[in-house]
Amino acid sequence: MTIKRFLSCVFLILPTLCFADGKILATPGVSQIEGSGGGGIVPWAQLAGYASEDEIAASAFCSVANVKNFSLNVCGAQANLYDRVELSIAQQQFDVDPLNVTLKQDIYGAKFRLYGDLIYSNWPQFSLGLQHKRLKTADIAFALGAKEKQGTDIYLAASKLHLGAIAGYNFLWNATFRYTQANEMGLLGFGGKNSAAIFPELSAAILLSKHIAIGIEYRKKPDNLGLNESHWRDMFIAWFPNKHINLTAAYLDLDTIAGIGNQQGFYFSLSGQF
Amino acid sequence: MNKVTLFLFFMIFSASLSGCSTTINNHQGSLYIQLGEEQGISRLVDSFIKELAKDKQVFPYFAKASVSHFRKGFINHMCDISGGPCKYKGDNMVDIHTGMNINEADFNRVVELLVKAMEKENISYRTQNKLLAKLAPLRSEVIKR
Ligand code: HEM
Ligand code: HEM
Repeated sequence: MTIKRFLSCVFLILPTLCFADGKILATPGVSQIEGSGGGGIVPWAQLAGYASEDEIAASAFCSVANVKNFSLNVCGAQANLYDRVELSIAQQQFDVDPLNVTLKQDIYGAKFRLYGDLIYSNWPQFSLGLQHKRLKTADIAFALGAKEKQGTDIYLAASKLHLGAIAGYNFLWNATFRYTQANEMGLLGFGGKNSAAIFPELSAAILLSKHIAIGIEYRKKPDNLGLNESHWRDMFIAWFPNKHINLTAAYLDLDTIAGIGNQQGFYFSLSGQF
Repeated sequence: MNKVTLFLFFMIFSASLSGCSTTINNHQGSLYIQLGEEQGISRLVDSFIKELAKDKQVFPYFAKASVSHFRKGFINHMCDISGGPCKYKGDNMVDIHTGMNINEADFNRVVELLVKAMEKENISYRTQNKLLAKLAPLRSEVIKR
């Protein structure tokens, strides 16, 4: 995969480059599995990277999620322009063990900060984003009844960090509403029996220290193919040793995928910022 | 997993309840007391000034300021906003910082230096957050003026 090779170069030269560090440690969050800045599975209102309004920043990540019968590998990169616009790209590779096939999808994302600052504004920070998804392996999706092999999700996200709010610990929440017709994020195509609709996604986290955050996420998903597509949940711990690197581990409960239940497992993600 | 999520929600919920009760029980110790009262705040501001003086990014703002005037004003202000027995009588935040054109990145840098100073003074993470929560609403009166 070319992007993997690109990213390994990026991680190598990363420590020698450095553009932006205008934000406070851990506040940009991490990279979610579709490449946007966020938690593990939910895109957040924060833009990836430490750029403040006079800076640009770039970041790159790779994540793996292993549940009982499936595994997802994602690598991607983001650019943050003046803490106003986030551009992202991600390549997903999804191994379906029971069928011995691999599904592949590319996702191009853009996010615009509409209002506010995660920490300092009275109201939450609001962002509007989109994720344009191109499924490269559409045969299975079509066989299951999907209508399209391309689709675009649009989401509105609100996020706020409350300093010292919970017994002196910082508390962060994010609520995202996503307009989508993607089946399993797009890996099983787009549309089917139902048309696009809006689904909520929620995250909450506590910063246990300057360097460690723990949290939970919930993401509701459509069931266009009638395969009992279920909501997703995770519990994560993220470690930010400094502004250049962070590591996330999560316990995932993806419930039923492609009609096969009990899909629990673990998620690991590594990001670099510069 | 269902039970675990419930458990986490319960933990967050109960933690938020206990957060409320500690702020209600002010007699247990206001932020001013947690910061070590007048002595603690003076030591903190001295550490903070050392950090500002060492920092290439933001020191230029302070290069022409009078250290003793800033020290006195800042100690007084911190004592006031943390619920101590002082009344800050200096100029208001807007007037002081007008003409400085402080941008977001430099503001955040100053916050990081204050956090560094608090760490050096062994102020707990939770107390640090509470002081930052008092200072954060003042940002709009300080930056881009
Ligand atoms: C223009 C270049 C750079 C800037 C502006 C920068 C800025 C920073 C800042 C602000 C922090 C403190 C983060 C925090 O803990 O709050 C930090 C930490 C750190 N940086 Fe950099 N950095 C740069 C280059 C580098 C390079 C080239 C390396 C290594 C090859 C590096 C390694 C580290 C490490 C290891 C820490 C953590 C230190 C600690 O424990 O506090 N940085 N950097
Ligand atoms: C919420 C954040 C801040 C608060 C509450 C605050 C508060 C104060 C206070 C109380 C004084 C003393 C004024 C007096 O008694 O006359 C002061 C002075 C000063 N502040 Fe701030 N400040 C903040 C952020 C900043 C930042 C981010 C910078 C620069 C990057 C800055 C630069 C200065 C300078 C240079 C002075 C000295 C002015 C002089 O005496 O000439 N402040 N500030």
